[in-house]
Amino acid sequence: MSPELINLIVQATFESLYMVGIAALLGTAVGLPLGVFLATSRKGELFAAPIVNRVLGIVVNATRSTPFIILVVAIIPFTRLVAGTSIGSTAAIVPLTIASAPFIARLVEAAIREVDGGLIETASSFGASPLQIVFKVLIPEALPGLLLALTLAVVSLLGYSAMVGAVGGGGLGDLGIRYGYQRFMPEMMLAVVVVLIALVQLVQSAGDYLARRVNRRLRHR
Amino acid sequence: MNAHQSLAIGQPIERFEAISPAADEPEAMVRFAGISKTYPAYRGKPGVSALQNIDFAIPRGSITGVIGRSGAGKSSLVRLINGLEKPTTGRVIVDGRDISALAGRELRLAQRSIGMIFQHFNLLSSRTAADNIALPLEIAGWTTADIKARVTELLALVGIADKHDRYPSELSGGQKQRVGIARALATRPSVLLSDEATSALDPQTTRAILDLLANINRELGVTIVLITHEMSVVRQLARDVVVLDAGHVVESGHVADIFTHPKHPITQSFLAEVIGDSLPVSLASRIVAAPSAGGQAVIRLQVHGAGAGDTLVARLARELGLDVSLLSARIDEIGGQQVGSLVLGIPLGIPDEDAVTRTLAFLSQHQFPAEHLGYVA
Repeated sequence: MSPELINLIVQATFESLYMVGIAALLGTAVGLPLGVFLATSRKGELFAAPIVNRVLGIVVNATRSTPFIILVVAIIPFTRLVAGTSIGSTAAIVPLTIASAPFIARLVEAAIREVDGGLIETASSFGASPLQIVFKVLIPEALPGLLLALTLAVVSLLGYSAMVGAVGGGGLGDLGIRYGYQRFMPEMMLAVVVVLIALVQLVQSAGDYLARRVNRRLRHR
Repeated sequence: MNAHQSLAIGQPIERFEAISPAADEPEAMVRFAGISKTYPAYRGKPGVSALQNIDFAIPRGSITGVIGRSGAGKSSLVRLINGLEKPTTGRVIVDGRDISALAGRELRLAQRSIGMIFQHFNLLSSRTAADNIALPLEIAGWTTADIKARVTELLALVGIADKHDRYPSELSGGQKQRVGIARALATRPSVLLSDEATSALDPQTTRAILDLLANINRELGVTIVLITHEMSVVRQLARDVVVLDAGHVVESGHVADIFTHPKHPITQSFLAEVIGDSLPVSLASRIVAAPSAGGQAVIRLQVHGAGAGDTLVARLARELGLDVSLLSARIDEIGGQQVGSLVLGIPLGIPDEDAVTRTLAFLSQHQFPAEHLGYVA
């Protein structure tokens, strides 16, 4: 493979990491509080607001059931409003964030719901406020699950990021389609797939390692 | 003027019934006044009335057991004390304050003076023993240095100073409950609520934990409320007892009084757990309805009160001139009083109804409830 092509792969890898990294960060910034709220706002819960919970649940489900490629196209006006353009890696971060936030929210909700309800009662019994319960009990206790959820979200985002090539977003997926498929360069396609596999493995291993380190539920000696 | 201001200490409260003279105002640490608790119907499930007409007081500095079967309303009752639940009607006065009228920040401040320990310990798996104990102090806004000193003191108090940096997953059940107790005591509460705190522990560990609670009550003067379904817990630790059944208080008072003269069937069934109400199988299978020559009449009697049964058999033999034999006996001590049952064999030289009648009359005269069960060969 020529140095030019290798250079292309390196550049596309960085584009993918840029899109996925920023989208994961923004998606978490929205998805984490949203997920915590979803997990604590049903009737009788810490921040009980059943109607808001319902409405947010419907919005989250609607976003999650829209195929990503359709979401990308459908929100082009919004993307232009936020990013100033609808083309390029930076613009692609907008749909990636919008797709990942509800996904992360559902994963966070599941992880928070795994925390033993008795612990909420315990903290309440010694006078903890709802916010203290979230920050001192729910999030620390759910941390291993939250780290695994975030890992899953990043892996999914890598998959999604391959689709934003359709709107000129760049990245590895774009490279694979344009060079590997449209220009009949199977070695390029193979290279892209190999890099993606390596990235997913790396992210998953790192996530597993961190989740294991913070998990105190099992005997760890 | 709201409801709790009108209830200053020292003022009489309607429908308040002390369970003992010591529970008179202002000695009561916790007082239930006209409490009922109903859970409303929800998602097609009918509403549940958990507690009705609850009026009693828990004396300051006492160890009071609240005993009842599953579903009797024990958990609702204890959650009313620390304000985790609100009564449907009535007031819960804790240390002179109507906790049922508090909400938000006021309630959270009041909750710091009420500690609670749980059946499944409810420790945070992500925190070490020391950090678990520190949690209520962090919530109360203590400084790091104060927390550190207090945690060290508490770990020593509950006898696990060496487990400072251990995570709950590395501790035994008994050690976890010691952490739970230290955590509950961290903010120096005046009341400690124990919700089935020994139900998940083996008998030996249970004994050690109950001893620790007794020490804490003695040395710190903390009022302890023990929610339990186990008679053995009440017997070992409590001075006062409240018997709950189907949301009602069926009996309450000093443990010794309640269990030496149990009135309600539920109380009797709890007592039976300690002293046993069934005969040994080998004896029960031999009892027949008709007497036979050279056999014995079988009489069971209840004993209660200090020293009650000590000389009974000897006196029976001496005063009635009968070679009474002891077929089975179970005597235990509750609240310093003996309670139990004896099964006696009365010899029948010839089929002799008279010996049985005379024995029953003697027992009745000395106020031992007795029954004639039948005969053995």
